[in-house]
Amino acid sequence: MSEKEIKNLEELFQRRIDNDEKIEPKDWMPEKYRQTHIRQISQHAHSEIVGMLPEANWITRAPSLRRKVALLAKIQDEGGHGLYLYSAAETLGISRDEMYEQLHTGKAKYSSIFNYPSLTWADIGAIGWLVDGAAIMNQVALMGTSYGPYSRAMIRICKEESFHQRQGYEILLTMSKGTQEQKDMVQDALNRWWWPSLMMFGPRDAESPNTEQSVKWKLKRKTNDELRQQFVDQTVPQAEILGAKIPDANLKWNEDRKHYDFGEIDWEEFWQVVNGHGKCNKLRLEARRSAWEKGTWVRDAAMAHAEKQTQRNLEKAV
Amino acid sequence: MSNSKINYILGIADNALILGQRLSELCGHGPSLETDIATTNIALDLLGQTRSYYQYAAELQGGEATEDTLAFLRKEREYKNVLLVEQPNTDFGYVMARQYMFDVFHLLLLEQLQNSNDEVLAAIAKKSIKEVSYHKRFSGDWIKRLGDGTEESHNRMQEAFDNLWTFTNELFLMTADDTAMVEAGVGVDVAALKAAWTQEITALLTEATLTVPDLKYFLKGGKEGIHSEHMGFILTEMQYMQRTYPNMTW
Repeated sequence: MSEKEIKNLEELFQRRIDNDEKIEPKDWMPEKYRQTHIRQISQHAHSEIVGMLPEANWITRAPSLRRKVALLAKIQDEGGHGLYLYSAAETLGISRDEMYEQLHTGKAKYSSIFNYPSLTWADIGAIGWLVDGAAIMNQVALMGTSYGPYSRAMIRICKEESFHQRQGYEILLTMSKGTQEQKDMVQDALNRWWWPSLMMFGPRDAESPNTEQSVKWKLKRKTNDELRQQFVDQTVPQAEILGAKIPDANLKWNEDRKHYDFGEIDWEEFWQVVNGHGKCNKLRLEARRSAWEKGTWVRDAAMAHAEKQTQRNLEKAV
Repeated sequence: MSNSKINYILGIADNALILGQRLSELCGHGPSLETDIATTNIALDLLGQTRSYYQYAAELQGGEATEDTLAFLRKEREYKNVLLVEQPNTDFGYVMARQYMFDVFHLLLLEQLQNSNDEVLAAIAKKSIKEVSYHKRFSGDWIKRLGDGTEESHNRMQEAFDNLWTFTNELFLMTADDTAMVEAGVGVDVAALKAAWTQEITALLTEATLTVPDLKYFLKGGKEGIHSEHMGFILTEMQYMQRTYPNMTW
């Protein structure tokens, strides 16, 4: 194809996106679009499955049967989200094994929030309320993204995520009506999860690369800072209902802006954890690698068995 | 209300709880995402069944009893689950062997229990049959794949059956409460299930190119509350919140 022909195709492609048409797997797409989507969707899938780990840490210790069942079901949903997202990424020409390989070697990232430890039962509430809450802000925006399979996965995922968020909040609400020990546990969880949740929206807009291209492809519909502000505005009143104090001395309603002002994120900590030096980075990756390695003989056996079955059926047919 | 009936219900429920607890340890750590989701699903079904049984037992017991006091506040000696379900998740082969042997028993039990003259038990059994049929299909399919897969998977699978076989006979031992409940038309004669169980297991193991272990000695004790060393750790973890923060609502 000549350069001119490619340029024409790119223009047509962009026009389709501008007209809110969805791009489907068999459609022509610029290579950069394909690569960017593979990267983003697979990272999103990895976040779902690594995100199972801090919560799974509490299944065996859940304080009631009802909570145990609800937590298991929630984590199972996340596994399901991982599945749709891996499938969506596969439509762009990468295999699931390749994506796992990238995760296990540290080439692909996942959401840095999961490198924080879940230390008490209140953390399970806080993860649902804050972490899922922050994730939803991003994901709702992505329901309208241009790549069809990703957009459809987001629609399905958002429905379940908002249920998870309510469930997490309800855990904390129940505790906030309980004993002093329970209230202290809620406050402690909020103290530890608040800032990492704000970090989930990524670097400040001024330091965020690639934004312009992502906006054009509708991979980014609001900037990091806009989403972060929206999250703070939404969450502050919810904390008040819990009777818990957000750990930010600079948090204050700004009547002129009609938004909350809030303090500066500790960006040093943000980059430390992103770069692999958080409390649980090693633990999480090791858990994923170990599950994969210990499962090798199982996956190999399943393949061998399937081949034997095919062979037997062929022989029967002859 | 007779203690026999409560004990009888707890016996069935404790098996589901402890196996559900064991399976839930695996959530997020399965050999593939699909098997992870499926084993979590089995755990969810079992814990759902546990809740139905405990709610009923708590109602019969009266007083302060709830599904959670039964799950979290009994002493080790008061749990009546069989030794098989408390065995550890040594590897995926052990997990599937434990599951399949229990599933075949469980389904046979429920098929009888749905005819119980106790309407609540009959209803729980009827509802659970669908779930447990799926469990058995899942675990049975994996036994076939792993038994007749690679040499390594075959050996691992055989080892799992060889080591777990000693716990199987306990499934068919009748306690005094079992006998009383069979006489009352409530319970199931588990001793009578053994022939069908053995036949079904033998057929599947043979199809999976595995050998049915030939064992003279069997272990028992779980049904009487005398467990393996694993049980204390299972309970320590499971009861952690209720023991550390007593009398709170979560």
